[in-house]
Amino acid sequence: MDLEKLHREESGRILSTLIRLLGDFDLAEEMLQEAYATALQKWPVDGPPANPAAWLVSTARHKAIDRLRREKRFEEKQAEIARYSEFLAQPAAGFSQADAEEERFPDDRLRLIFTCCHPALSEEAQVALTLRTVCGITREELAKAFLVPVATMAQRLVRAKRKIRDAGIPYCEPSAEDLVERLDAVLLVVYLIFNEGYLASSGDALVRRELCAEAIRLARVLCALLPRPFEAQALLALMLLHDSRCEARVSAEGELVLLEEQDRSRWHGEQIREGTELTERALRGGATGVYALQASISALHANAKTAQETDWRQIAALYAVLLRVYPSPVIAVNRAVAVAMAGDLEQGLALLEKLEQREELREFHLLPAAKADLLRRLERRGEAAAAYRRALLLATNDVEIRFLRRRLAEAEG
Amino acid sequence: MQYLMLIYDAEADWAKMTAADQAAMYKEYGQFTQQIMESGNHQAGHQLKPIATATTVRMRDGKRVVTDGPFAETKEQLGGFYLVEAKDLDEAISIAARIPSVRHGSIEIRPIVTRGETAEGKVA
Repeated sequence: MDLEKLHREESGRILSTLIRLLGDFDLAEEMLQEAYATALQKWPVDGPPANPAAWLVSTARHKAIDRLRREKRFEEKQAEIARYSEFLAQPAAGFSQADAEEERFPDDRLRLIFTCCHPALSEEAQVALTLRTVCGITREELAKAFLVPVATMAQRLVRAKRKIRDAGIPYCEPSAEDLVERLDAVLLVVYLIFNEGYLASSGDALVRRELCAEAIRLARVLCALLPRPFEAQALLALMLLHDSRCEARVSAEGELVLLEEQDRSRWHGEQIREGTELTERALRGGATGVYALQASISALHANAKTAQETDWRQIAALYAVLLRVYPSPVIAVNRAVAVAMAGDLEQGLALLEKLEQREELREFHLLPAAKADLLRRLERRGEAAAAYRRALLLATNDVEIRFLRRRLAEAEG
Repeated sequence: MQYLMLIYDAEADWAKMTAADQAAMYKEYGQFTQQIMESGNHQAGHQLKPIATATTVRMRDGKRVVTDGPFAETKEQLGGFYLVEAKDLDEAISIAARIPSVRHGSIEIRPIVTRGETAEGKVA
């Protein structure tokens, strides 16, 4: 039995159940660590149990009982006593004493996700706590992924757990009336985790791949556990479709390769197939949100055999709808580009020039970068070079800067 | 758990309301208070007189210093409060979302420190 693999794949589930049983994040985490330590000693000697995950839950649970007894906490604390006796009285909360090791236990991850992504926590805290508890990512890995010192990450997690306890953030799925709003927050956290891995310019490439994989795994859990999973399916589809291009979007030299110039044979066919199917299923189920629209756009790109065959007209139309639902500068720029690529370069350029009037887009490097690209296609090289120079003044991402420099050199050359 | 709900609202907007609108607002508050009394959530609650009536007291070097105010240059002022009993933050949020001023102002929800507990939530 590979304990490391078990830890990766099951720790979120085990921890969720322990938190439910113990009503305490820290106690659950600590006891699970101790149970792992026991497993490391025992399993190589006695052989692994039939159901390792259930074994870990019941071992951690017994250690918690011992701990509470030793500290006599339940004698001093009224609430703890109540919880403790409830906890003793329900050995069957998924397992009976005798056959605990054979039985599967209920999946508590959904409520843990909702607790970790509670809007009363900062977004930063939501992301960190979800990765730490639901995905079992260590503090050290998290610190590396988010480029902060380990102490900062540890502090962030401690604060979040303290707020859950002190403000009375419940450990349960939200009521039906709150579900939609709360689910939005959960989906956003999952998408932030994915983007952190997909778009981050610096940091360890392996750690970043891990974040993408975790986000996809979380979305799969949501799809499996939610009663109406359509928006979650749309998000899963979107991430799969993006992820399908991850090998083609960076060259062997670490340079960014634009969608248009990517080697499509390096796209991941199985992910495209699953992502496309999920997009259709989500749309049929009634998903109409930002993820469904973006997944639809991504599916059109992913299913085009060549860049020339891309259905830009439909993509431009989808961006127009998306812009109404979610008026963001990135989408406005993308829409203008789609209009241009659908055949009307001049109109696309006019749309971008209109965006340039907007005060809040002054510092937005993608706007001059997109404009430069359209000017390049129109063979207005002098203006293109000027726009590339402006984009270079605003860009901060190393990979993007190198790309813009290359294009500038071409325009000048 | 007990939560204090601090109601922040722009006094200037309240002053600009017509008498009829103010009466409607009071009626709405009355109904809301009635509801949370019946549901058993209500512990206490009051509207506060305008910030112009506020007085601040400090004790410095053994000397009592009384001043007018505070008159911080904020758009919203503390205009009232409720103390409620709720089973968790989600219930508290759903109660706060029904306070009439939530539509114009904002409600700050603060858990109350209970006996035998420190402000940091530790068992004393």
